[in-house]
Amino acid sequence: MAEPVRSTDAGLRAGAAELKFRDPAKARELAGAMESVCEAVGREVSVMHVCGSHEQSIAKYGLRTILPRRLDVIMGPGCPVCVTDVPEVDEAVVLAADGVRVATYGDMVRVPGTVKSLADAQAEGARVDVVYSAAQAVEIARGTAEEVVFFASGFETTAVATAAVIVADPPPNFSVLSAHKYIPPVMEIVAEMPATRVEGFLAAGHAATITGSALFEPFVERHGIPVVVAGFEPLDVLAGLLKLVELVRDQEPLVVNMYPRCVTPEGNRNAQEQLWRVFRTMGGRWRGIAHVPNGNLRLRDEFAHVDTRKRFQIAVERLWSHAPSALTQVCICGDIMAGIASPNDCDLFGKECTPDAPVGACMVSNEGTCKIWHQYGGHPDL
Amino acid sequence: MCLGVPGRVVDVDGLTAIVDFWGIRRETRLDVIDEEVSPGDYILNHVGFAIRKIPAEEIEETLSLYELLLKEADEDIMAADVRGEIEASPGVGLGGAVDRTAPDADGKPRGGNG
Repeated sequence: MAEPVRSTDAGLRAGAAELKFRDPAKARELAGAMESVCEAVGREVSVMHVCGSHEQSIAKYGLRTILPRRLDVIMGPGCPVCVTDVPEVDEAVVLAADGVRVATYGDMVRVPGTVKSLADAQAEGARVDVVYSAAQAVEIARGTAEEVVFFASGFETTAVATAAVIVADPPPNFSVLSAHKYIPPVMEIVAEMPATRVEGFLAAGHAATITGSALFEPFVERHGIPVVVAGFEPLDVLAGLLKLVELVRDQEPLVVNMYPRCVTPEGNRNAQEQLWRVFRTMGGRWRGIAHVPNGNLRLRDEFAHVDTRKRFQIAVERLWSHAPSALTQVCICGDIMAGIASPNDCDLFGKECTPDAPVGACMVSNEGTCKIWHQYGGHPDL
Repeated sequence: MCLGVPGRVVDVDGLTAIVDFWGIRRETRLDVIDEEVSPGDYILNHVGFAIRKIPAEEIEETLSLYELLLKEADEDIMAADVRGEIEASPGVGLGGAVDRTAPDADGKPRGGNG
């Protein structure tokens, strides 16, 4: 058995790894190669990533400063908290206000609904538990006789964890209010949006760890747009982008896996089996984007006994007679997530809307474009 | 979030593993991983579930990259997400008690997602 990692060893290794995945010279080399590819294309190229962690890496390491000026890397709807629709938040808020105990991921607590967030409900006396894992929500239910609702958000990578606790026979007072979303269908929508003009997608490495890279092949065939699966280190992102612009230049709509250290073509079959045993896809609105056919993950009828929507009558309509706040009407989160605007285009960004006082969901989550740009700066003005 | 965090498996009991994340021992669920996991293996943990066994040749780099991230300041959101991933697993220790709603250094509770 291997010895536990001692910090001194890890420290030494950290230096070596920094050279490998964060080497500035290698980064400039990749950026230079991208420059020549973009020149060969001879016009503006715009590609989209669909993962908050990719945006974190791009913004944190300032990658946009070295990217070709004619390459636009847009953040698409890659923040699951941000695309949770207002009525979904309202459902959780109404349940909490009615005295049902709601457990949810921390980011979800401050996401605004029509008139209030779960945090507002909590301030008014509702019981809201922050959990890091679906398993913790089940533990809370095991420790009490009262109803515990797990308000579950996240893309397929996170939905797998929810599926796992559902098949593992949770206590009868536990139920799931699913706001889980499935990424591939929204790529179809964004690919067809004329204003967005996406010529290639950088797909998220860890979602693909579950689903496999081959999942994107039908999409690529339908739309004639390449998809490159990439990891999250700066050089992973740059190498992924380089491959993507090469495919754009060569007009080669292919799926390329640039993250083979985690992703296989077939993915994690055990995880997929549980995911699809529990969930089915269903059309629904994504906040600010559109109605996305098959974009929502909802519990199958066999799991109606764990489905909050089947267990409770949730009277969300009573919130809808209230007008949303004036600031909310100015918020352009939807356009930002659709990739047609950036945070700098918003009049509220950094002024009325900050991480401490967020107006829109994009400023709430660590994966939201606005929060990421607020911390690291976004598109530097060169 | 999508990042996940790597850790070393210390013990396996059915579908639960005790995993060491830089000296912090926590429970991770093995319900969704598609390979057999034994003590000494390294796994990628996402919201309290192991989603992938890390190949032996990738272990050193993966661990040290995350160690670099963990050194970032409390307010760094990428670092905060990595810490959140570790929090996603219940602690193991005397009685297994853990404060699951412990706030971050800035006083705001966070949770994993994505």
